[in-house]
Amino acid sequence: MAKELWKGNEAIAEAAIRAGCDCFFGYPITPQSEVPEYMSTHLPKAGGVFVQAESELAAINMVYGAGGSGKRAMTSSSSPGISLKQEGITYLAGAEVPAVIVNCMRGGPGLGTIQPGQGDYYQATRGGGNGDYRTVVLSPSNIQEAVDFVQEAFDIADQYRNPVLVVMDGLIGQMMEPIEWREIPKRKLPSKDEWATTGRRDRAHTNIINSLFLDAEICNAHNVRLTAKLAEMEKNEVRWEEVQCDDAELVITAYGTPARIALTAIDILRSEGYKVGLFRPITLWPFPEKALRDLAASGHVKAFLDVEMSTTGQMIDDVRLSVLGKKPISYLGCAGGLIPTVEDMVEAARKALKEVQ
Amino acid sequence: MTASTICSHRISIITGHYGTGKTEFAVNLALALAGEGKRVMIADLDIVNPYFRSRERKALLEDAGVRLISSSQSCSNADLPALPAELLSVLENRGLTGILDIGGDPVGARVLARFQPKIVQEDSQLIYVLNANRPEVREAEHAIEYLRNIEAVTGLTCTGIINNTHLCGETTEADIRRGAALSAAVSEKTGIPVLCHVAVEPLADTLADLPEPVFPITIKMKKPWE
Repeated sequence: MAKELWKGNEAIAEAAIRAGCDCFFGYPITPQSEVPEYMSTHLPKAGGVFVQAESELAAINMVYGAGGSGKRAMTSSSSPGISLKQEGITYLAGAEVPAVIVNCMRGGPGLGTIQPGQGDYYQATRGGGNGDYRTVVLSPSNIQEAVDFVQEAFDIADQYRNPVLVVMDGLIGQMMEPIEWREIPKRKLPSKDEWATTGRRDRAHTNIINSLFLDAEICNAHNVRLTAKLAEMEKNEVRWEEVQCDDAELVITAYGTPARIALTAIDILRSEGYKVGLFRPITLWPFPEKALRDLAASGHVKAFLDVEMSTTGQMIDDVRLSVLGKKPISYLGCAGGLIPTVEDMVEAARKALKEVQ
Repeated sequence: MTASTICSHRISIITGHYGTGKTEFAVNLALALAGEGKRVMIADLDIVNPYFRSRERKALLEDAGVRLISSSQSCSNADLPALPAELLSVLENRGLTGILDIGGDPVGARVLARFQPKIVQEDSQLIYVLNANRPEVREAEHAIEYLRNIEAVTGLTCTGIINNTHLCGETTEADIRRGAALSAAVSEKTGIPVLCHVAVEPLADTLADLPEPVFPITIKMKKPWE
């Protein structure tokens, strides 16, 4: 099929419609507003329901209701709006309601800036709301991946009865890129009849969507079951990409826009004779811990350079937990909507390599 | 061809569907006009897009002698549709060649409605930029619907079509020819002339047989890894 030119946010919305999204509940916030805007005109034409909610809290709770009744439900927002949705996300996880949530990240903390950021890594990968839970977090670094991942996200959510996050920095949402609409492998999914609130009819029991378990034993058993599901996700869903890591002395770890910049930096560094590669987590949770640990154990790798659109660094903690002190890790990051430049990255890579010579 | 032949009017207003490449064209046009000795002022009036705006190329434009006006400095990164007061200088100073870079779709073009009474008194042209790789305007019928809606919200009449069909770094000659066919179809149904075809420099020479001139550009609105 011929390639088409799409803006990231519009493409995400179209991908969701193609994946059979029944309901979208949105609230505007820059830089993701094109998602609800596109949904508002196109989802009803496809037979779905679009509601502009009165707030982010209302939107995520509408997702809870629609997802609980077995519909494919989605919402999207940007960082401060995703913070507001956290209560709803932990309820979704607790009540085992599938949903797709897109975070088109901007700079923080607080209202921060409308320019792109990656400061929501902890929030995305550590649950974000209260209680013991995780969500699969898919992180595209181009628009083709964004449309593929959004389509898959609905299946992943249904397979595990758990919310799935698609998280990208605002640049991916705002930029234009050629994509093609390709066939996404469909999963064999369990029936929703046993839990979705579609009316009792001939069922022997009443389906109830609930995250409240007052009895300690029952609540513990519920948590044990949820934890077993998380272990399944960790086993089945981890994804990453390695570029020129086979002989790399320095491995750059990055996701989203910094990973794109790293590819250009690596070309420059390789032309100067530096052996540099890229390790790009595609699922931020489950983090590709074993793959990175194996890479850290290989003789040719001397050091790591983690690059994020964050001044403190957040993913770097998962890099540390994988590398386990076997090799030094240096850091390059900026925030406020600034994006690390190719030159910054080349310079940081040269410095990191010099330190281990 | 020269930029002045595309910009035969004092003020060129660049409109079109989202993502057709209006800003890339506007920035290249401004630089080309300045290169031909014109006193050029470009106004970033995009109230829709928060990123990839002509004001991000301020230094490049100013080095070439092009004056850029956009939202006031204090809110240049805000998602507020604040319009610069200086915009009036483009409309009123007849010694200037003005390019107005407008946000996408009728919603972006709405910004012009307020200035319509002034614009119609000036020697101006409303340009409609087309990109046949954008799914919502690849059919002539839909492209015309967008065009008519832009005219309706602005109260202005479109006077020229620019074929800016591209696929970012993957654009081929065939893309531009497909865009030429779409532009011709839109032109035939509306009576609005096709002003030119836009092509990145290496492709421009291969399109000399097209009935309208080819405007060669170099990519200025790059992504951070390009």
